Amino acid sequence: MFLINCPFCGEREQSEFKAGGEAHIVRPKQPTELSDDQWAEYLFMRKNIKGIQFERWNHIHGCRKWFNMVRDTSNDEIKAVYKMGEKPPVK
Amino acid sequence: MTKNLRVKSSKLVDETYRISFKFNGTTYYGFKGDTLASALLANNIHLVGRSFKYHRPRGIMTAGSEEPNAIVQLHNGTSRTEPNVRATEIEIYEGLVASSQNCWPSVKFDIGGINNFLSPLLPAGFYYKTFMWPASFWEKYEYFIRKSAGLGKSPEVPDPDIYEHKYIHCDVLIIGAGISGIIAAKTAAKNGFKTLLVEEKSYLGGSTIYQDSEFFKINNQSTASWLEKEINEIKKIENLEIKTRTSVAAFHGYNFLLARENLIDHLPLEQRENKTRQKLLKIRAKKVITATGSIERPLIFDNNDRPGILLSSAVKKYADLFGVACGEKNILFTNNDSAYETAISLIQKGIKVQAIIDNREEVDSKLIKETEKNNIKIYKGYTIVDTFGYKRINSVSIMKLSQDGQKVIGSKENISCDSLGISGGWTPAVHLFTQSGGKLKFRNDDQVFIPNTYPSNQISIGSCNGDFTLDEILMNALKLLKEFLNIKKTEYENIELYSAFNKSKRNIWLLPSNKIVGKTKSFVDFQNDATAKDIKLALREGFRSIEHVKRYTTTGMGTDQGKLGNMHALGIISETASSKMGELGTTTFRPPYTPLTFGTIVGRNVGKYFDIIRKTPIHEWHVKNKAEFENVGQWKRAWYYPQNGENMHQAVQRESKAARDSAGILDASTLGKIDIQGTDASEFLNRVYTNAWSKLEIGKCRYGLMLNEDGMVYDDGVTTRLDENHYIMTTTTGGAATVLNKMEDYLQTEWPELDVYLTSVTDHYATISICGPNSKKIIQKVIPEIDLSDKDFPHMSFKNSKIGKMKCRVMRISFTGEQSYEINIQANYAKSVWENCMEAGKEFNITPYGTETMHLLRAEKGFIIVGQDTDATMTPIDLQMDWIVSKKKFDFIGKRSLYRSDTIREDRKQLVGLITDNPKEILEEGAQIVADINKTPIEMLGHVTSSYFSPNLNKSIALGVIKGGKNMMGQKLIIPMEKKLINVTVTDPVFLDKENKRLNA
Repeated sequence: MFLINCPFCGEREQSEFKAGGEAHIVRPKQPTELSDDQWAEYLFMRKNIKGIQFERWNHIHGCRKWFNMVRDTSNDEIKAVYKMGEKPPVK
Repeated sequence: MTKNLRVKSSKLVDETYRISFKFNGTTYYGFKGDTLASALLANNIHLVGRSFKYHRPRGIMTAGSEEPNAIVQLHNGTSRTEPNVRATEIEIYEGLVASSQNCWPSVKFDIGGINNFLSPLLPAGFYYKTFMWPASFWEKYEYFIRKSAGLGKSPEVPDPDIYEHKYIHCDVLIIGAGISGIIAAKTAAKNGFKTLLVEEKSYLGGSTIYQDSEFFKINNQSTASWLEKEINEIKKIENLEIKTRTSVAAFHGYNFLLARENLIDHLPLEQRENKTRQKLLKIRAKKVITATGSIERPLIFDNNDRPGILLSSAVKKYADLFGVACGEKNILFTNNDSAYETAISLIQKGIKVQAIIDNREEVDSKLIKETEKNNIKIYKGYTIVDTFGYKRINSVSIMKLSQDGQKVIGSKENISCDSLGISGGWTPAVHLFTQSGGKLKFRNDDQVFIPNTYPSNQISIGSCNGDFTLDEILMNALKLLKEFLNIKKTEYENIELYSAFNKSKRNIWLLPSNKIVGKTKSFVDFQNDATAKDIKLALREGFRSIEHVKRYTTTGMGTDQGKLGNMHALGIISETASSKMGELGTTTFRPPYTPLTFGTIVGRNVGKYFDIIRKTPIHEWHVKNKAEFENVGQWKRAWYYPQNGENMHQAVQRESKAARDSAGILDASTLGKIDIQGTDASEFLNRVYTNAWSKLEIGKCRYGLMLNEDGMVYDDGVTTRLDENHYIMTTTTGGAATVLNKMEDYLQTEWPELDVYLTSVTDHYATISICGPNSKKIIQKVIPEIDLSDKDFPHMSFKNSKIGKMKCRVMRISFTGEQSYEINIQANYAKSVWENCMEAGKEFNITPYGTETMHLLRAEKGFIIVGQDTDATMTPIDLQMDWIVSKKKFDFIGKRSLYRSDTIREDRKQLVGLITDNPKEILEEGAQIVADINKTPIEMLGHVTSSYFSPNLNKSIALGVIKGGKNMMGQKLIIPMEKKLINVTVTDPVFLDKENKRLNA
């Protein structure tokens, strides 16, 4: 079970958090102008990486804030956490 | 033939404290400190069970948690019965009742033993191969397979014991209190770390605590007496907590571990009342030191499973620690020096050693020399090729090994015995290490897997790290500890060590025999009866991956998870398939290390504490008025209120009629309520709902439909504009939390620029809904000051008001199609307001109704229930609710998906009404709807989603979803049931009051 360093609360047990899928997928500003394929790309397509992955997490049983995480899925190492809107601190 | 094989009093066993226990119906005696296994052995009992597949007689094989054979049922037929308990772990207590498993009628005469003679017919993958066809016979096969499968019996009554969970945080956790664990604990604690030491056994010191000979010394003392002083010292250290009888079950990532602490299993039953039986410890440690030791390997030869055959280390332990001889004529069979340690212990205690058979040729070893001094015959370069004795070993035959170890040569020789100790070297117990994500490497010299890379802040020390001699263990452990704890020196800097152990080993995974492999039974997995022959067969049949061979042969799949034989399985695969050991990998070690009881896993979350129960503030009234309840999520909702012996149907018919004829009252407090404030609140609602919200006047209510981004209906409810920048949203009961989370997600991540704040107020307000032609009169009586005239307070509007001094919100909204008002009141006043309403409504026969009547009434009106009439594949268009989808709005969640090629298909399933030709026929919800039953395969057009008998229309009504249903009005369809066909006509989903006269009356 992970020990997650919430950017607002500090280290907490994984059971306080909810995973929210891939990070940095921006909702299109003008969905109506997109083709079916472009909209499908936004709506359905997600990466499933073995290695460094950027994820959204929510401290749902804590401060309820969403934030981002960089995690190596091959060994579950959490490389960094950062607030929504911030640039990832690792590449 | 009961004999006493107690040889000498020992440290662990208190011979002044005699304990009686029952095994298979006979009373025996042991001493305090005995395990069931040691007590049985002292009574000369080896035969304790039957093997899983062939029902072969099996005896105690080990002295620890790795035991494959000696698993017993405790207290059979009582509430405290427990199956598959290892006799080697259970400490005896007065009143213990144990019995053998997997045998009938008795362990001594077992009918299933015939499988042993049928074994040529029961190869690896027998079930897969035999029960393939005809497929229709599977049910018959399954009946017999189920009957003969399984080991112990599960309890049939609730567990009376108490279990708990406990969180522990520490700086350093040490797993295993052998010599490495003890020095690690002392070093960590003395350097200021908050330390926890856990040990699965009842005593500290591991195998060193009974290593009492001149061949192993620390600071010129016997290792046992040196370690005893250390143990006495660490017990006094304040920041060191020691837990015995505590077994680590799981080692997860980020140093999170689960351990089971056994508190009362060693106490007589009458001393256990009201005490916690086991605790599940949830440990988060900054640093973990694994010192779990190693497990002795068996040797794989023909008939290596007879009762009386034990690991050589177990023979030593029973003698040294429990003072018990495993036999009067012992033979030891080894490929390394360990068996000589056993021999020396047995000699010290006056137990006869007949002979030692050693795979190795001449080895220069002090231990061998000492053994030879005692005139014990040692057969060097020999192997056992067969054993004899059905229920107890009585002799072995041996032959000389060829130079390369692949064949036997020369003539056979027989030696009689009543016990055989076998040693195939040692396997580091790396189970926990690999569970944590650690990667192993294979060490060719002595053919062991050892820890290589650590995924978290942890180390392995001692023999679980591949160090097997006293000097290696301590020197490496101290070096690793200093690095790991970042300390300059330990108090063991000048320690003097002496070990006579010679590390040489002759590793042969499958020992050769004078018979061909197909004619031998060389067991690799003792519990599951997987033999070397089975593994070779699996390889011939094309299996290569170790994970596949494991499942096909069931090697390592018993309750012991193959702690003894997994390495040999790998070895045999590697030799047979000519692949390298290190490259084959290992099977995956999964938690728990040893089985856990369900009680420990669930802890206190049983019975009424199983899940949270949410009750409305009016709940007690419903209980008093005999409501039946329905679970909606965690909520208890009043379902219906049966009167005078009514069944559900009768009660619902009465309630529904009353609600439309006069007045009904519903507790709607469970509906989700979200308070929405901020200057952008209107814009926010525009984006989350499909319809437009900017022009909603203050004091008005509007129904909204919420979609997922994929265009599918997610939730619905009425939202009221309380003020310019203040709304209150209602959601479905089940959707309250997810709707709030979803809206928070969009606010925080997609639209952070919006000035909007969301607060859940579901529990803060109770909602009382009164509907029916007399609802207005009742509300007027309860709230005299409010103007309820249709002009001043029309449908879909709201007013602030007061009941006495209590502020309340009144909404005129309706889920039933009747004129209807909802009073929202601070939760703690709700019950008294409800009672006011009941009192005021008495003259109008106000009738409380539950969720079932609510569902019926809304179905009459054609209102959907999200989650019942919809699943995650229904768009608002599919629901024929085009009117609620704004065409003008630039965007809202899900808008773009409403005109994807798939969502605009005309033949999607669409919501329609269904009327049965026979008005008394009530459809089954979920029933399939078809058009043509003559053309096979019959095309399924859709299914029934809601179905009721409407007392107000006096006929059966239903809602359903049908492919292209929108354009099928008036069409006749068929609902095929098991014994009949029901004819239905497709209609509009609104059955009652299409003109909304009742709403506005």
